[in-house]
Amino acid sequence: MRLAATLAAAALTGALAQDPPRPHPPKGGIEFQSAAVRAMQADEFANPGLLWVERGQASWNQRCTSCHGDAKQSMKGVAARHPRLDAALGRVVNLEQRIDACVVGKQKAASLPYESEELLGLTAFVGAQSRGVAVQVAIDGPARATYERGKVLYNERQGQLNLACNQCHDGNYGRKMLHDTVSQGHPVDWPAYRLEWQAMGSLHRRLRACYFGVRAEMPAYGAPDLVALELYLGARAQGLASSVPGVRR
Amino acid sequence: MLGRVQVPPTAKKGESFEIRVLVQHPMETGFRRDVNGQSIPMHIVNQLSCTSGGRKVFSAELGTGMSANPYVSFYAVAQASGEVVVEWSDDRGGTGRVTATIQVS
Repeated sequence: MRLAATLAAAALTGALAQDPPRPHPPKGGIEFQSAAVRAMQADEFANPGLLWVERGQASWNQRCTSCHGDAKQSMKGVAARHPRLDAALGRVVNLEQRIDACVVGKQKAASLPYESEELLGLTAFVGAQSRGVAVQVAIDGPARATYERGKVLYNERQGQLNLACNQCHDGNYGRKMLHDTVSQGHPVDWPAYRLEWQAMGSLHRRLRACYFGVRAEMPAYGAPDLVALELYLGARAQGLASSVPGVRR
Repeated sequence: MLGRVQVPPTAKKGESFEIRVLVQHPMETGFRRDVNGQSIPMHIVNQLSCTSGGRKVFSAELGTGMSANPYVSFYAVAQASGEVVVEWSDDRGGTGRVTATIQVS
């Protein structure tokens, strides 16, 4: 009896030390969309996100080529490694913040506001250079604390509806909610064009929409909590192919 | 204004081919209000036309029923090689123009 209790306790601590179970097999968000939306994202012409990619390319040609050259080579796989620790800034930054840090720090230009057409365009353009590259974010060393914070946020109940991310995206993915299919929460194709928004939006805009949905207080764009959550989601999506720009209902 | 047009690179004379157009535009209906209750003024693309080899092959009057970033697709009969030109204009005087080349054999 005592042995059984000890074994149970050991199993329990073992389970607690590990990460909670994740969806298996992992699937990108697009696989939970309708056939029409999937066709729209796969269409190399009619995917409306490509308009922002084009706009981003124009900005890139103006601002970035003198240092970074041809984005096809210099930016391949970069988006798939973000968010990541920025040594100079001393914190984990996502792709939007990394681009803005370059604009402000290196170009001495005015900061690009979150959700501005230019920042969305540049993020989508840089993201599109990683199409097909497996998501691989680093969560060791100094980034570990941010990852742990993201894990807490992901598993913590919040808002008036008192729901945690994992209750839908780990426990009930594939089921219907408000005529949408609940995804596994793998952000491999953001920024994405959301038909509901009639526009391109960042992952932070999408995460804020989830906070709104559970009637919780929404963190500001670029808030450390959202970046921590983004890092945790990136670690969950490890190995999935990046496919920016996405399309969502 | 940003837009894209796609035509097949080649077509046979007398055959029909598809022209696909995507325009970046908010297509604001004028019926919506912002968070402060203020009316958001109308802003829509209302004219879109296409010429192929100098001949007008398609034109449309778009309205408030179109979604943002409208996607328009139509067919034309291939007559001669040359540029396919798509032009549009909105109700505030903004215009846009994109071109593609088709080889007719």
